[in-house]
Amino acid sequence: MNWITAKNNQTLKLKDIPETAIGALREDILKHCRSGMRIIAFFGRKEAASVKLFAVLADDAASSLLVSSAVFKDGIGSYESITPEIPSFCNYERELYENFGIEPSGHPWLKPLRYPHKRERMEDYPFFRVEGEGIHEVAVGPVHAGIIEPGHFRFMCEGEKVRHLEIQLGYQHRGIEALLCGADFMKKAALAESIAGDSVIAHMTAYSEALESQMKITVPKKAAAIRAIALEMERAGVHIGNLGAICGDIGYLTGNAFFGATRTYVINSLLAICGSRFGRGLVRPGGVVHDLDKDIAAGVVKTLKNVQSRIEMMCEKMFNCPSVLSRLQKTGILDRKTAEAIGMTGPAGRASGLKLDIRASHPWGFYKFSPFYRISLDTGDVFARSFMRYMEIRRSLEFVIEQIENLEHGELRKEPAALQPASFTVSLTEGIRGEITHVCISGEQGEISTYKVKDPSFANWLGLACAVRGEGVSDFPLCNKSFDLSYCGHDL
Amino acid sequence: MLDLIKIRIEQGKQYIPDLRKAEIGKRFRGFPVLDGASCENCESCVSVCPAGAISLQLLSVDMGKCVFCGDCVRSCPANAISFSNFHKTSSTSRESLKIGSGLSEADYLKSAISVREEIVKIFGRSLKLRSVSAGGCNGCEMELNACSNVNFDMGRFGIEIAASPRHADGLIISGPITENMASALEDTFKAIPEPRIVIAVGACAISGGAFQDSPVLERSFFDRYKVDLYIPGCPAHPLTIINGILDFLRR
Repeated sequence: MNWITAKNNQTLKLKDIPETAIGALREDILKHCRSGMRIIAFFGRKEAASVKLFAVLADDAASSLLVSSAVFKDGIGSYESITPEIPSFCNYERELYENFGIEPSGHPWLKPLRYPHKRERMEDYPFFRVEGEGIHEVAVGPVHAGIIEPGHFRFMCEGEKVRHLEIQLGYQHRGIEALLCGADFMKKAALAESIAGDSVIAHMTAYSEALESQMKITVPKKAAAIRAIALEMERAGVHIGNLGAICGDIGYLTGNAFFGATRTYVINSLLAICGSRFGRGLVRPGGVVHDLDKDIAAGVVKTLKNVQSRIEMMCEKMFNCPSVLSRLQKTGILDRKTAEAIGMTGPAGRASGLKLDIRASHPWGFYKFSPFYRISLDTGDVFARSFMRYMEIRRSLEFVIEQIENLEHGELRKEPAALQPASFTVSLTEGIRGEITHVCISGEQGEISTYKVKDPSFANWLGLACAVRGEGVSDFPLCNKSFDLSYCGHDL
Repeated sequence: MLDLIKIRIEQGKQYIPDLRKAEIGKRFRGFPVLDGASCENCESCVSVCPAGAISLQLLSVDMGKCVFCGDCVRSCPANAISFSNFHKTSSTSRESLKIGSGLSEADYLKSAISVREEIVKIFGRSLKLRSVSAGGCNGCEMELNACSNVNFDMGRFGIEIAASPRHADGLIISGPITENMASALEDTFKAIPEPRIVIAVGACAISGGAFQDSPVLERSFFDRYKVDLYIPGCPAHPLTIINGILDFLRR
């Protein structure tokens, strides 16, 4: 057997993970990916005189994960690239090359990914050039006109039309994966919460679930419920804010102001629960540290019911307004085939017809008891991505209100324990932008020796680049908002 | 048309009428309240602090490093550390962000901001800032954006974020400053015409915060340029940001 099967958050002994020759592993990956599995982690780890490559595939239909590995002894520096066959490997292979110098030969786009410590100069990035009469370049960033994280966008335009967009990232690289390693994992919560400051609960839950699995502790049911409540509030808050931003970009200022104020209700409710508008300091390994007291719960439910009616009123108007629809429909189309090929996840993937949702396919914690059904739309345009957010807001608010009203008394947190030595855990959650993967590998002393994070933006940025092809360059901000991607989640 | 009027009525008045008097929810962790007399020097708080913000000699918390996670509060067996929801924590000096035992909110507020006459004269009536995120997690950036939303509406005081550094009076920095962003930050700063000010917002910008041990930071910007206003938080709350700037401008 070349693969070992695991579930979400199931801890494996490191020695039980099969080791295969890279050639055989590649063939296996091709076979599995062609039969509907998806790659969710593909990363290297420095060992004594070699680099060990781990690959994790997700089998969504069976709710299981397949794990395997291959070793590159010192001196073996290349293998046949998988990307030409399965494009969703593109960034994983670039990352492997950038971090360990292992070259995927035949990779069509082997460029720097996030410029880790002192490697190459960012100014020397080899942009793809389109040449010919009337072709001109538009360069934007890394500092943008608004209050936005840094990233560089290079458009190759023919007149007003975008022929090609290349996105250069890495400006936000803070070395977070290296910082998460070590024996003092109990004080790394603030770091895990800072992987992406708008996905605090999603990343922190993935981090906590990975550690808890290695500690062999089960989170109390109430704590699991509060985590799910907070995660859905986080999702609703970000999506409402995003609809506001989309309204702002098309000059629909009623929506902009209305959604902006409505988002404040949601994130202020999070503050009432845990003291932070973004859910910081709520989730900790072992459970949660703030209770939803009766008066707080009543206040939150009342506020969210008001939010529900506000959202219904505004969305009813917005999604029936011809001037809004004419800007959203058929703008920035990402077709299903492309979305699937590049490994899109989350609301942007679902808007292109991909029925992917970790809450449904690999449920964790509270979602095991309260499953989510999968939804998708099929037009893949800005409208679909916006309407998908509306549907998710509705679902999340319903879920939060129902769960708060049914919250039982109970324990909030189990005492954290030591990690099992030499173990391997994959932890998946469904964040606001899609699938979040954390892989935690512990060392012989029970310390974290390798920590790997994959934010959905890692794959989804390419979706944005594909969606703007053929669009007017002035539609870029609208397309960008509709994907709403994270720079720091990509750059780590 | 009628629908729009209905929506407008439903929207109502969303702005906070008096930002100077507004308060934040009870569980908000704004200002460290320390009781040095009950501290037993057990070091539990130091061992859980993700940012190295606590010093036990004369118990103190450095708000410039603190990420306000509250882990120290829960770890302390003697209840010597707690946080109040006081949010006017901005300061013009790095030193005064270090909060000692027994310091009251009122005393902090009195000494935290020293107003400079030339700043009041030049920027007192209108201040345009250019924001640069240099490794920020998007937390401070979202709160900076929120400063201009319909609730907080910082623009009512003539304080706005300008799209170009050429149109700005100063720089507002968020994030710990990554190596990859260091030169773009400096270029942006140099594009701001003099006289110009520097505001550091959030634990990351002030000290590196949770990232201070990262080898991929490049913080020499702060060796070369002086910070005029520190706004602590992780992320800094919009009320902390706005009130800090207003106090700085003596408004």
